[in-house]
Amino acid sequence: MADVLIDARGVVVAYAGQRTLSGRRLPPRPVLHGVDLTIGRGETIGIVGESGSGKTTLGRALIGLLRPADGSIRFDGNDIVGLAEMAMRPMRRRMQMIFQDPMSSLNPRRTIRSILSDPLLLHAIAADRASAERRVQAVMERVGLPLALLDRYPHELSGGQRQRVGIARAVVLRPDFVLADEIVSGLDVSTQAQVLKLLGELKRELHLAMAFISHDLSVVRAVCDRVYVLSAGRVVEQGRCEAVFKAPAHAYTRALIDAIPLPVVDAGWLTRQAAVSG
Amino acid sequence: MTAPLLSVSHLSAVSSRDVEGAILRDVSLSVARGEVHGIVGESGAGKSTIVKAILGILPGGIRLTGGAIALEGRDLLALDPDGRRHVLGAEVALIPQDPLTALNPGRRIGAQLTDGMRLWRGLSGAAAEDRALALLHDVQMREPTRVMRAYPHELSGGMRQRVLIAAAFALDPKLVIADEPTTALDVTVQKQILRLIRSLQEQHGTGVIFVTHNLGVVAQICDRATLLYMGRVMEQEATATLLERPRHPYTRALIAACPRYDRPGQDLTPIPADVIAACRAEIASLDPAEASHG
Repeated sequence: MADVLIDARGVVVAYAGQRTLSGRRLPPRPVLHGVDLTIGRGETIGIVGESGSGKTTLGRALIGLLRPADGSIRFDGNDIVGLAEMAMRPMRRRMQMIFQDPMSSLNPRRTIRSILSDPLLLHAIAADRASAERRVQAVMERVGLPLALLDRYPHELSGGQRQRVGIARAVVLRPDFVLADEIVSGLDVSTQAQVLKLLGELKRELHLAMAFISHDLSVVRAVCDRVYVLSAGRVVEQGRCEAVFKAPAHAYTRALIDAIPLPVVDAGWLTRQAAVSG
Repeated sequence: MTAPLLSVSHLSAVSSRDVEGAILRDVSLSVARGEVHGIVGESGAGKSTIVKAILGILPGGIRLTGGAIALEGRDLLALDPDGRRHVLGAEVALIPQDPLTALNPGRRIGAQLTDGMRLWRGLSGAAAEDRALALLHDVQMREPTRVMRAYPHELSGGMRQRVLIAAAFALDPKLVIADEPTTALDVTVQKQILRLIRSLQEQHGTGVIFVTHNLGVVAQICDRATLLYMGRVMEQEATATLLERPRHPYTRALIAACPRYDRPGQDLTPIPADVIAACRAEIASLDPAEASHG
């Protein structure tokens, strides 16, 4: 790939061991065992796997929300592993995150206006309230939300509207990279289709690189260029979506794909055993 | 023709809670013995209101305004609470969406599985325990004896859901209501759970109401399905007919909105605004009083 934005090599993440009742600390629990991953500018990759496979941990390491025990993560050429917070701060604007549950990631005590305009002022992208307001209004329009919602609080919005606010907050800073962690899993299919369509349009307009974490392979197939399949903290397969979905090389990938129920009656599906389960 | 196992006829309900007005509009459906009937729709369509009405656990603020629910011809709505409890406790079982909140965190699995058998079937402690072990074996639980002594938090989500399926089939009920039982699970575990429900249901000849928002799940486990929108039946058909020859524009739009890994070229199509408008107009025209309401 000519233009790499994120280049992760040999990423190892371990969570600190829990304390037992006697106060002894258990050994660290490794979650990622040396993951290599690249994302090109404007490229969308999918990260798939079952719960506990390390998807969310990998995503958080990519945007510097947790520190790998080993390996390097280069963002636009700079290794962010071990970077001091002050040095990290200007990078943070360039990497944004959309969360799974917008209800818990949007501050319940702030209006939508404040949620969207505060980061602009904090990162000094807008010089004053008036210019922040102009950008906020533009982004609201872009994500298809009525301006009247600016004075509302998150709990007054529907699930689909809240997820649009989550997207608006991420893109209002004009980032290069957006991490989307299970962002449509709580939504109805009709709302899901709207959110995914919007995300696809924004990706093209803003030339965004995206990592799209999902357990739903049909959704990944619909929005991603390449896919990484994670099992127990290791990448077992990666490649272009058309190749991986057409001819999965790893048995675990095949099992994941075979387990997706399609809206087509298939008398043998339920009893058909996947070849091997990873 | 004998009466169906369950028949819901012309059921209507209104809410005075967050969404005011009608939440079920003249819903009729029936479940035959040995049939899996899907209740499908997006959030707010009325799926769980139907289930709660059958189980007699409608929350305050939701009131039935008409219709009947009959289990093997017995009118459930006419029973007093005690009579209803006897019918439901012994003949109807629920597999809930969230197995963690459905299990008592402070009691061992074995105790929770055997309660119903002692209460409704009068089994002795030892006999109930044997039966519980056999059931855990039926749901393909590894190490059933260990699971009997475990507390819910010690089990994975898939294992907890197996426990609840075992509990649901423990009394050999006539009707099992599965309320989004796989929504919180990984796809591979979801497939195992669907297979399990289908095979137990076939073995016992149980009628099942399967509530889901996932048309893929409907395709794989349901014999027939009822598609709801805003509390109204949009289409009710054999599953293959519903999915392959949908008649209602809403059904077609919902199918088109599902992403499919096997059809990558197809753009995701949100439900078009004119389809939604037509559905609303259709609903309003059937219920003029409601339309003038709001």
